[in-house]
Amino acid sequence: MDSLESYLFIGLVLFCFGLYAVMTRRNGVAVLMGIELILNAANLNLVAFNRFGGLSEQLPGQVFALMVIVMAACEAAVALAIIINLYKTFQTIHIDEAREMRG
Amino acid sequence: MGEITFIVLAALVVVTAYFTVTSPNLVHAAVALMGTLFGVAGLYVFLYADFLAATQVVIYVGGILVLIIFGVMFTTQIGSQVMVKSSAPNRLASGLAVLVLFVGLANIMRQAPWHRGELVAVEGTVKTLGTSLLTRYLLHFEVAGVLLLLSLLGAAYLARREHG
Repeated sequence: MDSLESYLFIGLVLFCFGLYAVMTRRNGVAVLMGIELILNAANLNLVAFNRFGGLSEQLPGQVFALMVIVMAACEAAVALAIIINLYKTFQTIHIDEAREMRG
Repeated sequence: MGEITFIVLAALVVVTAYFTVTSPNLVHAAVALMGTLFGVAGLYVFLYADFLAATQVVIYVGGILVLIIFGVMFTTQIGSQVMVKSSAPNRLASGLAVLVLFVGLANIMRQAPWHRGELVAVEGTVKTLGTSLLTRYLLHFEVAGVLLLLSLLGAAYLARREHG
């Protein structure tokens, strides 16, 4: 429980699942979920290193993780706007169907 | 007690992440993702990151997940078969690639000489985080604010209804 490796391992598992989702899912929203998993894995690593790396005066890892959460919120909003546009243009969000820049 | 809670949280994170990745129904996947996000928030509590755990619940579970479910509902036709997964060879190849990456990274993780400081007792990170956000990390804080504003405008512009 109080070891760096256990947190890193959970982060690694989350990252691998997220990567697998991004590689195999063919629905835009499902790919977005995979990206959220990857961001969570990165955040978990940052906070774990902050805790176990002896950096606890100004909490750089936690500030960095906060910035990642802000970025994830921005990314989700813009990605869903794009997905809704894609759906309006192609009537599907199967990402292999979207091959043109102009519908 | 703490040990058991940690193991339960870790198992929750891994199992729900698995369902997020494999469930053919996107709404089920979104609910599983909620479990993962809650589990990660619990792990933050174990890492003495109380403010971050609260932020995780509020922003991820309350904001991003709702957006994702909106996206699923908006773009799924009722009764139509939604193709979620790619073809079997693609899945096999991706699974192998991810497995190789997993084994490699796990080996690196085991062998790397991580820098370790001594564990200090932490009592509440809110004050420290607030101070460092407004002193040392002020520029990052402002840039994050501008990024939020820009992405809000961008998302509203992209998703607007066309007139005429």
